[in-house]
Amino acid sequence: MIDLDDIDRAFLRELARDGTLSAGELGRRHGLSQPAAWRRVKRLEEAGILAGQRVEVDRTALGFGVTVFLGIKLATKGRVSLEDFERAVTAIPEVQVVQHVLGLFDYRLRVVARDIADFERVLRRRIMTLPGVGQVEANVLLTEEARPGPLG
Amino acid sequence: MIDEADRRILRHLLADPALTTAELAERAGVTAATCWRRIEKLTDAGVIRSRQAVIDWRRLGYEVEVSLRFTLDKTNPRAFDEFLAAAREVPEVIGIETFLGRVDVRLNVIARDMVHYQQIYRERILTLPHIADIEALMLISTIKDSAGVPL
Repeated sequence: MIDLDDIDRAFLRELARDGTLSAGELGRRHGLSQPAAWRRVKRLEEAGILAGQRVEVDRTALGFGVTVFLGIKLATKGRVSLEDFERAVTAIPEVQVVQHVLGLFDYRLRVVARDIADFERVLRRRIMTLPGVGQVEANVLLTEEARPGPLG
Repeated sequence: MIDEADRRILRHLLADPALTTAELAERAGVTAATCWRRIEKLTDAGVIRSRQAVIDWRRLGYEVEVSLRFTLDKTNPRAFDEFLAAAREVPEVIGIETFLGRVDVRLNVIARDMVHYQQIYRERILTLPHIADIEALMLISTIKDSAGVPL
């Protein structure tokens, strides 16, 4: 793991808010030349700390008004059933996130749908028919907020 | 408002945000100039909201990630606001979501290791106001993480 100083942490904080910031702009904010700022960004990328970009869209404007988180418990377990389930669930276009978890459920899914009726279609036709699926719990997302995290 | 070309551009942009405008244009089957203009238009219209860098917390030494699901004591009308305000003060909370369902709020919490997690859990999480119930899901692995929508 590489050591970070206050300027590195500030870069991470600012890029996590606005990934379009140039090295020149980051440098200006912290009294560094463009090449010096660029080298720092490069180092953070090479260390894998800056791991790509994410584009945030207004899902409602694109016609996807509903986001639902599902907790799924598998009815049958074993390595083969996990692999079958994972292969099938990642192929569903409405499923944005699949996480293997430990606790009350085996998997957490983030699902987008046009509306509640569309969600019901995805749930019945795609989710409930997945291999090995057992108990399913749904919670409809109302708000979400990304926090800067422990960056000083 | 949003036509077929916009949809194609957005589909490829969401699937791979690292693409250059030229690469994106090629995949979406439009010229680079059109692609650039469409992205500007979608950004001005607020359809594309922002671009953020993704931070890999594991690479910063945060090995543990836990999804904490809370049911709040809703007999107090201020429960949500006070809980959320207090949760925002915990640095290890990297995401906050509110729900309609059996779960009211979910906090995404990271920690360096289990000892650190125990400490955060006891000192910062259990002390949050208006908690009726907590469930924890520990993240083992993320199999898919995409911002894509089936356009």
